[in-house]
Amino acid sequence: MASKAVQPPPCAFSFSSSPIHRLSPPSARPPLLCYSWPSSSLSRRCNHTLSLTLCAASSSSSSALEGGKASEKVFHGECFVLDDNIDTDQIIPAEYLTLVHSNPEEYAKLGSPALLGLPSRYPRFVAPGQPLSRYAIIIAGANFGCGSSSEHAFVALGASGVKAVVVESYARIFFKNLVATGEIYPLESAEGWLCKECKTKDLVTVEMEKERGLLTDHTTGKEYKLKQIGDAGPVIEAGGSLHTLARPQLDKVERARKPPSIREHACVAGFVHFNLLALAALRR
Amino acid sequence: MMDFLCQSLHYKNNFLTNFERKLLSSSSSAASLSGFLPDSIHVNKKEYRPSIRAVMAPPQPQRPPSTTGLVKQAMTMTEKILARASERSNLDTGENVWVNVDILMTHDVCGPGTIGIFKREFGENAKVWDREKIVIIPDHYIFTNDELANRNVDILRDFSVEQNIKYFYDINDRSNFRANPDYKGVCHIALAQEGHCRPGEVLLGTDSHTCNAGAFGQFATGIGNTDAGFVMGTGKVLLKVPPTLRFVMDGEMPDYLLAKDLILQIIGEITVAGATYKSMEFTGSTVESLSMEERMTLCNMVIEAGGKNGVVPADQTTFNYLEGKTSAKFEPVYSDEKAKFLHEYKFDTSKLEPVVAKPHSPDNRALARECKDVKIDRVYIGSCTGGKTEDFLAAAKIFLASGKKVKVPTFLVPATQKVWMDLYGLPVPGSGGKTCSQIFEEAGCDTPASPNCGACLGGPRDTYARMNEAKVCVSTTNRNFPGRMGNKEAQIYLASPFTAAASALTGYVTDPREFLR
Repeated sequence: MASKAVQPPPCAFSFSSSPIHRLSPPSARPPLLCYSWPSSSLSRRCNHTLSLTLCAASSSSSSALEGGKASEKVFHGECFVLDDNIDTDQIIPAEYLTLVHSNPEEYAKLGSPALLGLPSRYPRFVAPGQPLSRYAIIIAGANFGCGSSSEHAFVALGASGVKAVVVESYARIFFKNLVATGEIYPLESAEGWLCKECKTKDLVTVEMEKERGLLTDHTTGKEYKLKQIGDAGPVIEAGGSLHTLARPQLDKVERARKPPSIREHACVAGFVHFNLLALAALRR
Repeated sequence: MMDFLCQSLHYKNNFLTNFERKLLSSSSSAASLSGFLPDSIHVNKKEYRPSIRAVMAPPQPQRPPSTTGLVKQAMTMTEKILARASERSNLDTGENVWVNVDILMTHDVCGPGTIGIFKREFGENAKVWDREKIVIIPDHYIFTNDELANRNVDILRDFSVEQNIKYFYDINDRSNFRANPDYKGVCHIALAQEGHCRPGEVLLGTDSHTCNAGAFGQFATGIGNTDAGFVMGTGKVLLKVPPTLRFVMDGEMPDYLLAKDLILQIIGEITVAGATYKSMEFTGSTVESLSMEERMTLCNMVIEAGGKNGVVPADQTTFNYLEGKTSAKFEPVYSDEKAKFLHEYKFDTSKLEPVVAKPHSPDNRALARECKDVKIDRVYIGSCTGGKTEDFLAAAKIFLASGKKVKVPTFLVPATQKVWMDLYGLPVPGSGGKTCSQIFEEAGCDTPASPNCGACLGGPRDTYARMNEAKVCVSTTNRNFPGRMGNKEAQIYLASPFTAAASALTGYVTDPREFLR
């Protein structure tokens, strides 16, 4: 099992077999899925120059161009459908929490046990022995990710190759951590309960445009609207909110909050004194 | 000319020389005044310039309205705590604010990840924002042979030494927890017992049950590794101000009911997503009558309803508990009378009955007496939710009242070293001086294990009391989703220590009133 070269799982959406280390700084990340995001004020503030280009896209529905200025993000692949209230222990069983995912080797090991905690009525998410899943998109019900505040759950999903998750609603800590790390794209359905309409292994396309999001189920032929990703989109793209946005904003808040220092007062006093002397000289 | 002189002199009150004063006070007859004009008389010729007070005002910082605090807006307890921590006079719910953190807690599961992120973002040689405000408590996977788990504790130790962290409750000798004087046990109970929980403060932890500390009237919530790594470096976190749900519980608490029954009742009422993004405030005469450990049980499971944090107003019970544990000054806050709550739920506690949460969700509420036909295979009493001293005293009370032996394996895992010592040291009321451990032994329970999180969340395969087969367990823990304690097909019934002990005695899910009447 270890000696065999890892083959990309059969999937309409092809990608290389090296796992993305999502948590490494943007410049150090090996480009895997490549696309460009229009330079929003957000990314300008981030001073972020990550531009990725789509490689080996065999799917005709992908619209991102090499180094181009595509305005939409598209994911295509088989979907895996889950019910309501999938908690973090089902996404990654607690025995795997000993892995420290800021370490690239251990990050890669989190891929294969992803969704291993699901009851037996679900098909296996990652085939035994494989580090990546054949499913690129997860569709789930309400309160997805409830339970632990540990980040192992969605890191495991990201490590297994999941690109986007479309749910009815998220649990709070899970969503906050997701946006903070920029691991996967979090989407919410705007109409209907997708987890009841779609079935596992349906071929779906998820399009995240600025104004609207759309999920197309090619197996049933239906289309479903998604809530627009909004501000979370560029943040995920930039690698997570905390370290690309948080610190510059914190500096701004600190500057506004701080009263003038003694030094500043001294400068002002000096300026006033200088003015007095100048006026006195003029009068003479 | 004299008129002009008088006019100009009129404005010079501070600058008048004695000569000028004499001039003004003397009679103004032209004859007398003209006597001053000749050059032979020395006139103090002072040049009078207009007095310059300032050429420009010093720059004022932008003064937001109501900074004096005189303009007040009715706020809930959570809003007040966050307002003070973010140095604002008032806040709106839904607002994102930067909040100063008083305590950051982490443990062996999330600590290494947090440390990795801290070093990556702030630099290998960066220093934490405050070495006294970080509390590192290994507690999850301690007494196992899992290499990675043990390595994680080593990572915590190296970091604590490097950063000179004041509060690191280390464990070196895993074969005997008592040989480790610093080791405490379950992080949330250790935080309370060591005096790190104080009213009015902001406490964050890399664990979902950090909301446990809300029992002290503070803002306490769980955060992920990335947020924690940021807090480690800056001491601040961006938080969204949550609206508050108020739970008013009045009425005398029956002697067969515990706080666990109350919170299971509430979660069953509002479902596992009922409090998402919201704060839960517990008030009322029943809550006031609860001890600190019972209040902790109440706030501990706020996360199971999806809540951001739980709060219980601080009162004399809180202050008595804190006496001797902390010398730090704290200032409790309380919700204003006219504060806006999203919803208010009223409970008459005297009418409530013991409840359980059936598999596989904490909101799958059912009366304990309605589950009396459910045969069980084991009982687990432990965790931050149900492994405190009073929880074991409650279980001992049931065993004492029955006098019989348990019919199924009963696992006891005290939360901390202190709890373990209480089991062996504290006399159980009404037992004639027996300790909990003696009563448990007589009832045929397993020997109390080393204090840690244990099998509450499964853990490595060799964890004590882990469910490795598809069995049925009644547990005083906090979650019962599939696979929570190990095996995916195993069934977990969440219950109070009374109900758990009663069930151990019969081998079926049992209402504790069977033994307490």
